[in-house]
Amino acid sequence: MALVDFANPTRFVALTARVTPWLIALTIALFAVGLYGTALAPDDYQQGATVKIMFIHVPCAWLSMFVYATMAISSLGTLVWRHPLADVAARAGAPLGAAFTFVCLATGSLWGKPMWGTYWVWDARLTSELVLLIMYLGLIALWQTIEDPLKAARAVAVLTLVGVINLPIIKFSVDWWNTLHQPAAVFRMDGPTIDPSMLWPLLVMALAATCLFLTLHLLAMRNEILRRRVRTLRLMEAARPGVGSERSA
Amino acid sequence: MTRKQRRLTLILTAGIVIAAAGALVLYGLTDKIVFFNSPSDVAAHHPLPGSRIRLGGLVEVGSVVRDSDAKVSFAVTDNSNKVPVVFVGILPDLFREGQGVVAEGTFETNGVFKAETVLAKHDERYMPKEVADALKKSGQWKGEATTGK
Repeated sequence: MALVDFANPTRFVALTARVTPWLIALTIALFAVGLYGTALAPDDYQQGATVKIMFIHVPCAWLSMFVYATMAISSLGTLVWRHPLADVAARAGAPLGAAFTFVCLATGSLWGKPMWGTYWVWDARLTSELVLLIMYLGLIALWQTIEDPLKAARAVAVLTLVGVINLPIIKFSVDWWNTLHQPAAVFRMDGPTIDPSMLWPLLVMALAATCLFLTLHLLAMRNEILRRRVRTLRLMEAARPGVGSERSA
Repeated sequence: MTRKQRRLTLILTAGIVIAAAGALVLYGLTDKIVFFNSPSDVAAHHPLPGSRIRLGGLVEVGSVVRDSDAKVSFAVTDNSNKVPVVFVGILPDLFREGQGVVAEGTFETNGVFKAETVLAKHDERYMPKEVADALKKSGQWKGEATTGK
């Protein structure tokens, strides 16, 4: 079976049914190892046990950007190749991305209060991440606003691609401008500045969060495909001659 | 050129234009986007007494003097310039000598910065206490270096 066969929504739904149980098992296993590692990880020399918030906060921050990147690639699929599953993938990803962004902002706020002394400041990193949350909500709203799914898909795809400019701003905000948020500790040119005893649980948690996203994304895509089928069937039903008059009789 | 290639070219061109526009806007707004001014910025621009700014840098080692009734005075430095700061209130837990801080407040006429809020800033190094102690012992420790850019 070639990769192109999965482009067929029916085949895709069959595939998700087969893959989902394995993905769920993998997600649970990774979270188990990751949380165990988080519990084992030593306290930070400066921040004490508060540093454990990092093991939730940082994976959510990475995922908030990763999900947007996948939506941007899907948008190219919608606009350039007019692929039937591309808009389904983008639409299923948006609420998940919004959720990761929200958890990132909420945990960051709870981490900021004891360490920095404030829940929120308008520095470049925090503000650009909040803009990302608003982008997600705006995209979801735009899908809801336009009734014709084809038109909605194209409008949302254009807006998604415009919003891609925010991703490098989030990533490099801490390097381009001075901010209250500290610079990157893992993905940096001269290697991680985080002790290996804390780094490995963080990476496992990030992998677990990624698997959680893949699982929920596949399930959400399947739901979206079925929802669209129901809509088509309803429209066909309504268009059938005689149906309307029977009801009014 | 097929229609797909034409659409892709159009999107890529639009992307480059938007990225360039965004870069120009952000570059133009740099002064507004930075979260704080360093002591060197202050030395260069001399903010007027009474105008609100955020001052960021490291708490100079040996400069912290705690008065009675929660009054603290210290100096904020970026290793080339420094500014004297007074603050009345509760400092964040991470506040200590050599640590990054961002203070928001106004300059008084005598050049002292009167802070209304003091936030602690930490750098991107995370390690257990034992590792930090070992680094300090072996002389490989580098102080806070991320502020005062």
